[in-house]
Amino acid sequence: MERNLMKGNEALAEAAIRAGCKCFFGYPITPQTELAAYMAKRMAKAGGVFLQAESEIAAINMVLGASSTGVRAMTSSSSPGVSLKAEGVSYMAGSDLPGVIINVQRGGPGLGGIQPSQADYWQATRAMGHGDFHILVFAPSSVQEMVDMVIKAFDLADEFRMPAMILADGLLGQMMEPVSFPEITAKTIEKPWATNGHKNARKHNIVNSLYLQAPDLQRTVQERFERYEKIKQTHTEAESYLTEDAEIIVTAYGATARVAKSAVNAAREAGLKVGMVRPKTLWPFPVRELNEGCKNAKAVLCVEMSMGQMIDDVKLALNCSLPVHFFGRTGGVIPTPNDVLAEIQKIGGAL
Amino acid sequence: MTSEIILAGFGGQGILFAGKVLAYCGLTASKELSWLPSYGPEMRGGTANCSVCISDQPIGSPLVLEPDFLIAMNIPSYDKFIGTVKPGGKAFIDSTLIDEKTERTDIEAFYVPATQLSADNNLNGMANIILLGKLIKETGLFDMELIRKGLEKCIPPKKANLIESNIKAIETGFNY
Repeated sequence: MERNLMKGNEALAEAAIRAGCKCFFGYPITPQTELAAYMAKRMAKAGGVFLQAESEIAAINMVLGASSTGVRAMTSSSSPGVSLKAEGVSYMAGSDLPGVIINVQRGGPGLGGIQPSQADYWQATRAMGHGDFHILVFAPSSVQEMVDMVIKAFDLADEFRMPAMILADGLLGQMMEPVSFPEITAKTIEKPWATNGHKNARKHNIVNSLYLQAPDLQRTVQERFERYEKIKQTHTEAESYLTEDAEIIVTAYGATARVAKSAVNAAREAGLKVGMVRPKTLWPFPVRELNEGCKNAKAVLCVEMSMGQMIDDVKLALNCSLPVHFFGRTGGVIPTPNDVLAEIQKIGGAL
Repeated sequence: MTSEIILAGFGGQGILFAGKVLAYCGLTASKELSWLPSYGPEMRGGTANCSVCISDQPIGSPLVLEPDFLIAMNIPSYDKFIGTVKPGGKAFIDSTLIDEKTERTDIEAFYVPATQLSADNNLNGMANIILLGKLIKETGLFDMELIRKGLEKCIPPKKANLIESNIKAIETGFNY
C-alpha cells in the first residue's frame, strides 16, 4: 500500500472523508486547525459540506442537525472548544444520534496552553455533558491509528447510535508520519429513524431528547445502558506489549504510550521484566485486556500527560489486586523516556 | 539504527521545510520516520525548530531531546541546542549567522557559511538546503538519487521548477 507523509490532523480529515463523512462543521483552535483547513480544501471536491461555524457550540449543533437526517457528520476542536461542545454532545446522546467529535487535546484548565496534554480523559470518559450517558472514546497513538480509528468511530457510532470521540493530543495532531489509507468499503448502515425526505411514504420521524414523563425518560436511559453493557462486552481494545513474563506493567495511551514504550524497551535492555498495556478504547475501558496483561505482574505504573485521570480506570479494572503507581507531566510538558525509565527502576528496586 | 535530528533557526529560514525534505527522503527509502514541528509561541516571530527521527524500527517518542545531528541557523537556536547533541554527534552551523565556536570536543562541529554561499551561488533563501547538503555528506544518511526522489515528493507539482535549485543547493553544501 502506498505510504503518504501526513500530519495527524490532516490524516484525521482525509480518513473522515474516505469514511463517507458528508458534513464537517468546525471552528479554528490550535493545535487542530490543520484538520479544518484540510476539510476546507477537500470537502467540496469530495461531494460534502465544509462550514466554519460562528462558534464551537454552533458547530456541534450543526453536527446534531446533519446527523439527524442520516448523514455522517463530524466536528473537531481542542480542549477549551470541546468543553463548549458538551451541551450538544449530551443532546446527541439523548437523541441517540451518531456523530464523530475530534479532540486534539492541549493543556488546561481554562484557556490553558497550546502544548500537548491528556487532561481531558475524565471529560471524555465520564462527563462529556450532563446526564446519564457514555460516548465511544478512541485513543490513537500514531498517525496510522488516527486513520483507522476515525473509520471505526464512524461505523460504530452508526451501529450503536451514539456519539464517538477521537481523543488525540497536540503531539499526534502536529506530527507527520507515514500513513496508508485502506480501501474503504463504507459500511451502509440503515437509518430508518432519520428525519429525511420521504414524500409521505412513511410516518414521520422525530429526533428528540425531551421526555417530560419521568418513567419514560428512565426507560429510555435504561435501554441505552443495556446497549452500553453490550458494547463493554464486545468492543474493548488494547495493545499488549511484552506482557507475558512482565513483573511491572506500564499503562499509557496516546502519545504518552510512545514515550512509555521507549522506556519499556530501555528497561528490558537493563534486564527488568517490564511490559506495557496500551488502551486503544478508553470507553469502554479494556478491563479484560488489562487484567490479562497483568497476570504475572507485581506492580503497575500508569503514565499520563495529566495529574492522573486514567489511573482511576486502571484501579477500578484491577480492583485492588495490584499496587498502582503514577507518573505524570501536565500543562503541556511531555514526559521523556528517561523520566519513565527512572520510575520503572524505582518500582523495580522496591519489588 | 535510529538517527535523531533537530533543525532550528528563525521562522522563515525554511527550518520546517528542510526537516520535511529529510522526512520525505526517509519515506522514499522505506524507513520508519517522524517529523514534529514546534508550534508554540516561538514560531510566531521567534525561533522555529523541528524534530526528525529516521529509523529501521518503529519510532517511540517523536520529540528529540538529544539529537545525533543538529542544524543550527541562528544564535538562540545554537545556544539552546548545542549542549544537547549526543556525544559523538555532529552539528552543522551556519557560520554566516553564528560567529561562535563550540568548546565541546566530544562532538564534531561543521561551520558552513551557508547564508553567504546561498548569496554567492544565486540560491537566495536556500541556506537551509545547503546545510542539509553538508549534513547528508557527513552522515551518509541518503544518496543523491534518493534525495532527488525525496525532493520530488516534497515539493508540490506547482513549484516543480524549484527542484533543480534545491538539488544545486544540496550539492553546494555537499561539496563545501
